[in-house]
Amino acid sequence: MSDKYDKDNEKDVNTNDKDGVSRRRFIKNTGLVAGGVVGGSLLGGVVTNQWNTTPDKDTQTKGNKTTPELQDARMFFSRKEDFEVLKAATERIFPEDDNGPGAVELGAPYFIDKQLAGQWGSNAKAYMRDPFKQGKQVQDYEHQDRDQDKQGPHSDTQNPTPTPRYQTRLNRGEMFIQGLRKLDKESQDRFKKKFIDAEGDQQDEILEAFEKGEVQMKGVEATTFFNLLLQTTLEGVYADPVYGGNKNMQGWVMKEYPGPRAAYINDIESDDFIKMEPKSLRDYQG
Amino acid sequence: MMAKKLDKVDVVVVGSGWSGGIVSAELSKAGYKVVTLERGENRKTADYTGVKDELRYTNRFEMMQNLSHETITSRNEINETALPVRTQGEMMAGTDLGGGGVHWAGASYRFDPYDFEIYSKTVERYGKKKIPEDMTIQDWGITYDELEKYYDKFDKMAGISGEEDPLGPKRSSDYPNPPMKETPNLRLFKDAAKNLGYHPFQIPSGNITENYENPDGQVINQCQYCAFCTQYGCDFGAKADPIVTVIPAAKETGNFELRTQSYVRRVLHDGGKANGVLYVDTVTGQEYEQPADVVVLAAFTFTNNRLLMLSEIGEPYNPKTRKGVIGRNFNGQYNNSHLGARGFFKDKKFNLYMGAGALGATFSDFQADKFDHTDLDFIHGGQIEIRQYGDGAIASNKVPKGTPKWGPEFKENSIFYANRNLNLWYTNAVMSYWHNYLDLDPTYKDDFNDPLIRITNKFTDQDFNISKFGIKKCKEVLKEMGADIIDEDEIPKKFNHVYFGGHYTGGVIMGDNPETSAVNNYLQMWDVDNLFVVGGSAFPQFGGIHPTPTIGALAYRASEGIEKYLKNGGQLATAKDNSSTA
Repeated sequence: MSDKYDKDNEKDVNTNDKDGVSRRRFIKNTGLVAGGVVGGSLLGGVVTNQWNTTPDKDTQTKGNKTTPELQDARMFFSRKEDFEVLKAATERIFPEDDNGPGAVELGAPYFIDKQLAGQWGSNAKAYMRDPFKQGKQVQDYEHQDRDQDKQGPHSDTQNPTPTPRYQTRLNRGEMFIQGLRKLDKESQDRFKKKFIDAEGDQQDEILEAFEKGEVQMKGVEATTFFNLLLQTTLEGVYADPVYGGNKNMQGWVMKEYPGPRAAYINDIESDDFIKMEPKSLRDYQG
Repeated sequence: MMAKKLDKVDVVVVGSGWSGGIVSAELSKAGYKVVTLERGENRKTADYTGVKDELRYTNRFEMMQNLSHETITSRNEINETALPVRTQGEMMAGTDLGGGGVHWAGASYRFDPYDFEIYSKTVERYGKKKIPEDMTIQDWGITYDELEKYYDKFDKMAGISGEEDPLGPKRSSDYPNPPMKETPNLRLFKDAAKNLGYHPFQIPSGNITENYENPDGQVINQCQYCAFCTQYGCDFGAKADPIVTVIPAAKETGNFELRTQSYVRRVLHDGGKANGVLYVDTVTGQEYEQPADVVVLAAFTFTNNRLLMLSEIGEPYNPKTRKGVIGRNFNGQYNNSHLGARGFFKDKKFNLYMGAGALGATFSDFQADKFDHTDLDFIHGGQIEIRQYGDGAIASNKVPKGTPKWGPEFKENSIFYANRNLNLWYTNAVMSYWHNYLDLDPTYKDDFNDPLIRITNKFTDQDFNISKFGIKKCKEVLKEMGADIIDEDEIPKKFNHVYFGGHYTGGVIMGDNPETSAVNNYLQMWDVDNLFVVGGSAFPQFGGIHPTPTIGALAYRASEGIEKYLKNGGQLATAKDNSSTA
């Protein structure tokens, strides 16, 4: 099973990577993802003991991925069927492939569930006062090309997805529930089957219709929901595992991203790409 | 509930970012009793230690204003209905102790001498016709040479780490610390720029390169290039920010009192004199009146403007008559600036996950009026920059154009190019226009039922043309760098109401004429001698580079003015009748 990801190694041009085995297999077999520095570099003695963490048995992951972690349970979506639609949709957005696991194996749906259960899902820090005027009533904001949102100062640290102007009275959690049910309804209407039973191509067709705003939702543009689904899926793939996604840091492994580190002062001038075993906030905070 | 009246102090300062922090430190050091009010929470380095969390800080905007209490409204045209900017993804303004000075990247340039005399110098070189009728740019009422000593003060306080721009303005002293490290991607950029005949150098940085003790005795640590920098507070106290510099310097004097979670609602005034401020303790709900000899508004641009409007101080700007000053010349760098091009490299891989906010290289050959604009369809310029912020895993999803936004091809390309793409941008200046301004929104209100501030802003031909020029230059350099694929940024045709980057300025602008400026060159209000309005709100238009040291320099200048006023009273500058504007 794990061999299918070994391509990761073949196309790697990294010159510092000394581990001959697949990183994915390595982590799976040993369960060691924290503390050990493998094929990477040490911190160079510039940090205090606070950050010199040793492997912690709490942070070692179970080798057997079929054992669900205890936090993998729904706390926002009460209906299981909504969550099943979410799983299917996120997997189309970020599918399993030769690079590594897809959104579902990475825990992105649980990540989204947890995000929606918290202050962000209920728009606690957003301005949610009347009057709400939907985009089209005033200006057609929702359908504008949003590529420019990726630009401007600090664009490198911006959201990966466009930010349509938010002018709906629905909070993010409500938007998700309506959107997921609409995905399912759209599948019933188009293909006479549930979204989760539709073929991959059919699921993509529906998702594209949402992306383009061709589906009518109530109180919100379908594009707005789709962008939110896309944004949160990618966040669930790549955010620190503390949030319930990016299981075993496998999102980071694919991207050769090392996670939070105290210092790169001794490495940053290196001409070669330096590959480090990832560490999570759990390791970093010690 | 009646407001509780407190004992009078010498100076009350609204806001604790770079502007409020510098004013607080300078005046408390000079022996005056200073009370500083901050709407956000108290913060110290420990709040930012160990929390290198991309989702929380970059995607969920942990350090940005909570918009549920107060936001802005936005529209393009004067006859449109403005809508509130509702989510933090569309609006970036700092909050909590230190304000935007804590989450900033650290790019520490000075504005060019041309910036401060832009109207006079443009007319002198190209004639009046070069300036479009709609454009309301004006001289600042102070020159670079006059401001230089304050820039120098800021650089030394903040420990700025840099090397001289070969084409840059004159400096009275070297940078206090050496430049940041040169990484392979920065070297690639510099070599290419040199091959093309340009003059690259390392970006002057507020991420400090050596352990440094500043003239106030405050220590800033050495930057570790940990990548969690822009939009984060520094883990190590290695970024120059108010909470490791001016705030502790003020505290050590014994003359300074900081009150956080204190939301100022009005400047109290009568007979052309400010008496103090009215504020609410947001924990208890208790209202307080804080009397003072001098009131300093040193909050973010939006707050400085809004407090003047809510307090009915100064003549509000009216776009129809083009008269009035408060809210006039709103400007700033957001999505019509910092456009450029991104290069994708198939065979080169860079350590892009390492970095620091101001780690980067640049050249100023196309800055300000250093190049001839006779045949160009815009004025001013900017710098070509490459940055190495240190990409987070969520942010590093850059793919060549034509790649779908999701699905298998997106996944493949986003992973392959995560460490194989470099972005260049042009930090172009942004001019002011009669139709871009601030006033109070007629519909939307804050927690206290006060109107929100409304922004009316649209792009112009100048914005489009200057961006187009910059994008072409970025592309030229990326080609020389050997990029396999070069994607140009698209220039937005219309302002899309996303306020990203924090660089929004103007509205309480400085100048030498009370008809066209709200404050004099000490940031003292023309209308109210004991009210100083300090910050980016004073920029008559935006220079061709990042703003922080200019804001710092103006705060030092204002501090000197406040001290003069406390000693002698009166207006510190003479108004000129001969308008320096069109």
